[in-house]
Amino acid sequence: MSRVLIVARNTFREAVRDRVLYNLVFFAFLMMASAVIVGQISMDIETVVMISLGLSAISLIGLLIAVFTGVGLVSKEIDKRTLHAVLAKPLQRWEFLIGKFAGLAVTLAVNTAAMAAGLFLALWLVKHSIARGDVVVLVAVYFILLKLMLVVALAMLFSCFTSPLLAILFTGGLYLAGLFVSELRVLQLTNLTPQMQKFFKVISYVLPNFGNYDVMGAAAHGRGVAGTLILHNTLYALLYCAIVLSAAAVIFSRKDLK
Amino acid sequence: MPAPAIETENLSKEYPHGFLHLKKKTSLEGLTMQVEDGEVFGLLGPNGAGKSTTIKLLMGIIFPTAGSARMLGKPASEVSMHRDIGYLPEQPYFYDYLTATEVLDYFARFHGYSAAERAERVQKMLKKVGLETAGKIQLRKYSKGMLQRVGLAQAILHDPKLVILDEPMSGLDPVGRREVRDVILELKNAGKTILFSTHILPDAEMLCDRVGVIAGGRLRGVGAPGTIVGVKATGMEILFELGESATLPERIRAQAARSGTGYRMSVTENELYPALEELRVAGARITSVTQIKPTLEDFFMELVGKDRAQAAAVEVGAQ
Repeated sequence: MSRVLIVARNTFREAVRDRVLYNLVFFAFLMMASAVIVGQISMDIETVVMISLGLSAISLIGLLIAVFTGVGLVSKEIDKRTLHAVLAKPLQRWEFLIGKFAGLAVTLAVNTAAMAAGLFLALWLVKHSIARGDVVVLVAVYFILLKLMLVVALAMLFSCFTSPLLAILFTGGLYLAGLFVSELRVLQLTNLTPQMQKFFKVISYVLPNFGNYDVMGAAAHGRGVAGTLILHNTLYALLYCAIVLSAAAVIFSRKDLK
Repeated sequence: MPAPAIETENLSKEYPHGFLHLKKKTSLEGLTMQVEDGEVFGLLGPNGAGKSTTIKLLMGIIFPTAGSARMLGKPASEVSMHRDIGYLPEQPYFYDYLTATEVLDYFARFHGYSAAERAERVQKMLKKVGLETAGKIQLRKYSKGMLQRVGLAQAILHDPKLVILDEPMSGLDPVGRREVRDVILELKNAGKTILFSTHILPDAEMLCDRVGVIAGGRLRGVGAPGTIVGVKATGMEILFELGESATLPERIRAQAARSGTGYRMSVTENELYPALEELRVAGARITSVTQIKPTLEDFFMELVGKDRAQAAAVEVGAQ
C-alpha cells in the first residue's frame, strides 16, 4: 500500500508542477464575471443561473483534465520510458497503475473542491447569503467528482492497450454513451429480434451510467437529493472503478513496454 | 557453490509486426547463458543485436516468447527481488519536473528507507556521480550525460547485489566514461555482480571478466575477452628506427611503413628472426616487437560481416 502512495504522491506533484491546477484561475475569472453580469440582469433567477453555470464549468473542466491527463498517466510514461527505471524498483505494475489513479483522483478532488469554494463565493456575492438548501450544490459537486473518477478509470483502461488519441476518443465516446444509459434501458425495441433486444439490454447495464450523476437541475432549484441516490452512486462508482481498474491492471501487467 | 547471479535458458523474444501483426520479427533467439556471482559480464554486440532486449527481458519490461530467466536464484518475473537489483536503462529518462535530489529520493522511497537515510544516500550518490552541485536543478535542464549520471546513481542507490547497466557509457564525454568505469570497478571490488551492455569494445576489454557476443539475436560466443577470440597470435609487429646512413634491404622496404619517426612492419612468427637479423645487419635500432592478436573488435566485425553476407545470400536466394 505504501508503494501505491509513493506513486500517488508523485503523480499529484507532477500535476501541480505541470500547472494542471492553473485551470482554477480561468474558473475564478468565469465566476467573478458571471457574478457581476448575473447580478445586473437578475430576474430572481440569478441563483439558478449561477449554480447551473458553476456546476457546468466544474464538470467540463474536470472532464477535460480527467480525459487528457488520465490517458497520459500511463501512455506518457511508456512513451518517454520513465517507466523503465520505476518498474526496476520493487513495485508491482498494478501498484503503479493504482498509484497513478489515486494521484489524479486527489488532484481532481483538490481541483473540484477549490472550484466548489469559488462557486459558493460567487453565490454569496450574488445572494449575499448562503442558505441551508444550497447544500445540495455540494452533493452535485460530489457526484461530479465521482463521475470524474469513473472517467479517469476508463481513460487509463483504454490507454493500456491503444494509442493516446484512440484512448481519448474511446473515453469521450463512452462518456457520451453513458449519459443516455437510462434512456437505453427504457427504449422500446419491439421491431428488433429478441436476441438484439437482449444485447441492448446487456449493453445498457455494461455501459457506465453517467446520467445518474447529473443532479444539476435539482441543485439549481434547491430540490433535495435522496440519500439512497447518494449511497447508490457512491457504491456504483466504487464498484465500476474497481472493475475497470482491475481490467486495466491485468492488461498492463502483461504489456510489453517499448 | 553459489547459484549464478543470472541464468537464462533458451530465452527468446519475437515481436509481431506488419499491419495485422501477423508477421514475426525475432529479436532474441534461444539465449542460454550464465553470469556468475561477483563477476563483471559484458554483453557485446552491434546496435539491434539483441542486447537491450535481453536486459529488458531480465528486468520484466518485456516478456519472453519462450524460455526462462532467473536472477539471484529466483525467476526474473519476481518483482520483490528488485530490492537487490540496480538497473540503468538505455538512454535513461526521468521525470523532468523533478530535481536530481527529488528523483533519487522518490526511487529511494520504494526501498523503505527513513527520511534521514534517504537524505544521506541521495547526497552520497550525487557526490559519487559528480552531481553534488546540480542536485537542486530540475532534470529538464540536464544534458544527456548528466541524465546518464542520475541513471547510474539511482541504479546503485540501494546498494544492490546485482547491477544491470544498459549502455552505461552512452552519451558521456571521456571524463564521464572514465568516472563510470571507476564506479564499475568500485562495485566489482565491493563484490557486486555487474552485467552491462555496450558496443564500445575497449570498455569491455578493460572491465569485464567475461563477455558474451550477441549478433542477429543470437549468442555467438562467451568467454574472457582474451580467450573468446583465441589466444593464438596471428603475427608479429616490429617497430624500428633507422640511422641516416643506413639503408634497408629491398624485401624489408617493401613490407615496412613509416610510423612517426620510425618504421613499422608486420611479419609471421616464422619470418620474425630472419627479419630481425636483416634489420640488425642493416643497422636498424629495434624499438619494439609485439604479438599481433585479433582484438575483440576483429571478432565482432567478423561476426557482423558474416551476418550481413548471410542476409545478402538469403536475399539473393529469395530473388
